[in-house]
Amino acid sequence: MPDKTVIVRIKRRQRPDEPARWEEFELRYRPHMNVITCLRDIAERPVTRDGRESSPASYEANCLEEVCGACAMLINGEPRQACSALVDNLEQPICLEPLSKFPLVRDLVVDRSKMFEDLKRTHCWIPIDGTYDLGEGPRMSPATQETGYPLARCMSCGNCLEICPKVNEHTQFVGAAIISQVRLFNMHPTGKLHSAERLEALMGPGGIQDCDNSQNCVKVCPKGIPLTESIAAMNGQVIRHALKTWFTGHD
Amino acid sequence: MRQPKIIIVGGGLAGLMATIRVAELGVPVDLFSIVPVKRSHSVCAQGGINAAKNLKGEGDSPWKHFDDTIYGGDFLANQSLVKSMCEAAPAIIDLLDRMGVMFNRTPEGLLDFRRFGGTLYHRTAFAGATTGQQLLYALDEQVRRHESIDRVKKFEGWTFLSAVLDDSGVARGICAMNLRTTEVQTFPADAVIFCTGGIGAIFGRSTNSVVCTGSAQSALFQQGAWYANGEFIQVHPTAIPGEDKCRLMSESARGEGGRVWVPKKPGDTRPAKDIPQNERFYFLEEWYPKYGNLVPRDVATRAIHKIVFEMKMGLPGGPAVYLDVSHIPREVLNRKLEGILEIYEKFVGPDPREEPMKVFPAMHYTMGGLWVDNEQQATNIPGIHAAGECEYQYHGANRLGANSLVSCIYGGMIAGPAAVRYARNLEKGCDSIPAGVFERERVRQQDITDGLLHQQGNENPITIWRELGEVMTENVTVIRYNANIKKTLGKLAELSERYKKINLQDRTQWSNQTLNFTRELGNMLVLAQVIALGALERNETRGAHYKPEFPERDDANWLKTTIARYDLGKICLEYQPVDTSLIPPRERKYTAAS
Repeated sequence: MPDKTVIVRIKRRQRPDEPARWEEFELRYRPHMNVITCLRDIAERPVTRDGRESSPASYEANCLEEVCGACAMLINGEPRQACSALVDNLEQPICLEPLSKFPLVRDLVVDRSKMFEDLKRTHCWIPIDGTYDLGEGPRMSPATQETGYPLARCMSCGNCLEICPKVNEHTQFVGAAIISQVRLFNMHPTGKLHSAERLEALMGPGGIQDCDNSQNCVKVCPKGIPLTESIAAMNGQVIRHALKTWFTGHD
Repeated sequence: MRQPKIIIVGGGLAGLMATIRVAELGVPVDLFSIVPVKRSHSVCAQGGINAAKNLKGEGDSPWKHFDDTIYGGDFLANQSLVKSMCEAAPAIIDLLDRMGVMFNRTPEGLLDFRRFGGTLYHRTAFAGATTGQQLLYALDEQVRRHESIDRVKKFEGWTFLSAVLDDSGVARGICAMNLRTTEVQTFPADAVIFCTGGIGAIFGRSTNSVVCTGSAQSALFQQGAWYANGEFIQVHPTAIPGEDKCRLMSESARGEGGRVWVPKKPGDTRPAKDIPQNERFYFLEEWYPKYGNLVPRDVATRAIHKIVFEMKMGLPGGPAVYLDVSHIPREVLNRKLEGILEIYEKFVGPDPREEPMKVFPAMHYTMGGLWVDNEQQATNIPGIHAAGECEYQYHGANRLGANSLVSCIYGGMIAGPAAVRYARNLEKGCDSIPAGVFERERVRQQDITDGLLHQQGNENPITIWRELGEVMTENVTVIRYNANIKKTLGKLAELSERYKKINLQDRTQWSNQTLNFTRELGNMLVLAQVIALGALERNETRGAHYKPEFPERDDANWLKTTIARYDLGKICLEYQPVDTSLIPPRERKYTAAS
């Protein structure tokens, strides 16, 4: 082994129904390594630290610059993106585990389709009439854009769900990412016209009322999205909507 | 009337736009993607999207956009489609705006525009410095809406293996592999649209995402699809070199006033901030006074190579130059460029608002791709269309920045309805094709997979891939010598032999990523040969294709499109004339206005 090495421990399961086992690898250190480089090195030479032949660890990754959301995993116990986890900034051994709040597929791969299903359930889109030319979009103040744009950077990585105590096998809680997306669409001049249907979806089972305000989500968001602000804003909208429908019988 | 069945492969901007257009016609779509479509590579586009909306009182027009694009592409692009794209671009921006893209705004509440390379106009609409991500999300949301009313069915986590061709060579569907179960299955369709993106992985470390392997294009090529202008590879001038990939530092940094420089004294080790203005060499501004830092990418990339390798004026500690935005007010940087500055801070460390970034060119984009016709985005295989980076139509010998997003969306807009028209005109639909046609393709693909799973040997796919990337980057990117390209072809032949001795080290059939990667690698090796052969044959310099031995553009002999065909395992090159009917070719130089 070269002078300087990196020790990586990976929690492995070849299939979801298998018991987990830990494997430790020792890799040649190079400057600017990140967790993805480590996983590629392991795939090139999948031999454990104690000399046992193993197999490449499965993991999800795509853009490698923290805009696609694919490579979220637990790194030294924290949910974060593997691409922006630089070896120089991590304590060793570097422990890699799959996110625990989503169904496991294999090794570090989990199934996050719940997030996309919830975006569907909450109607997170602008209902345009069609893609034919209808002229310019609605005017928008720079201030609205500056509030909306950071929310629009949510890449559905799932870190905020992973850290949330209210996301567990006993609840259906949609989590902060979805609530923040509803805020985004309810703020848009056209999206606003349909805010009631999104609010009603947020009031159903697993909706915003499940949030216990533990405020962990905002701390792990890799994009710095003001998730707790979004939750507060949506709580306000949901309450106003509930009162309005209660008093008038319709929205 | 019989309802046609459309399959779209790839869920980036082009694929999603095509999906929406088909769904809007009331025709069901099966959308296949390796990754959940929201994680497609389009998210990496940063700077913006071009459209001559002329909102800055500069007298910009679609014709000027067209002229800049053709001139920027060194006259290799067929002109009619490019003109249509530039004419459609303003309405595309309006559509995206209506879909809710959070474009930056002016105080009046209108869309803001910035400058980009290869033009003198403010023509680029942008959403911070994550425009591609914002556009992709808008289309992803629209597709999800169609999905919620069952017009679209997504097959995320499937990889395309091959087209199903009937006895007369007409495409009748696809064969794909489920990445979780490794099950190989065929899916009938009357028409298929390929929107499978870039090929960066062939060059090892590029600015592309992991899925950009070109595997689908290569598989189609090996089934008879033509591949055009493969040798035209864009190397982006400003990226952060990395161990796993090169991270793009958008041209928009220069569009907003960023400057490229090196110390005048080679080897000057003072911190950048301590080097006074008059001891800095702003070489792009000096060499190209009219366009300055906003020359097209091929020009900027060659200039940086010249500074670093010929003039030995690169920064100490590695091949690099400074990209400097530290003179721009913090507030402007945060509003317009935060996305990329954040990438620099997270992956390198220093705050680019305070000190210049260290950057170097990296492989970024393929101008070449599947051959498609001038009207329908149709390939030469009946029933197969293509749109986006995987096809060759819009960018000639060099793509202008911020033209990729518009070409992806425009191509998808054309391909969707064109595929539906083709399908509706078919005499016989895919449901009347004998089951044996599908079964034989499934068996052929299953055999390849089984062969890899059982293959014995001592080669590793990652090792072969790394060697592939190194040799291609070294010899078939910025500067090309015929002797080196010949050596590269020799190396590719060697790697193809070693490929047959790959030991997967994972013979399981559940979420086996090595199996899928190895299948892709086989296709990468074929496409690499197409690129290298095209480069070897083209003895001239045009756009991104630069040969010091042939330093001039040679219209008499080379104003033509390269067409690669696969014939019984052999790659053959042919040439087609370029449509230059609207703008006659003229000398391309950026030292003065065009």
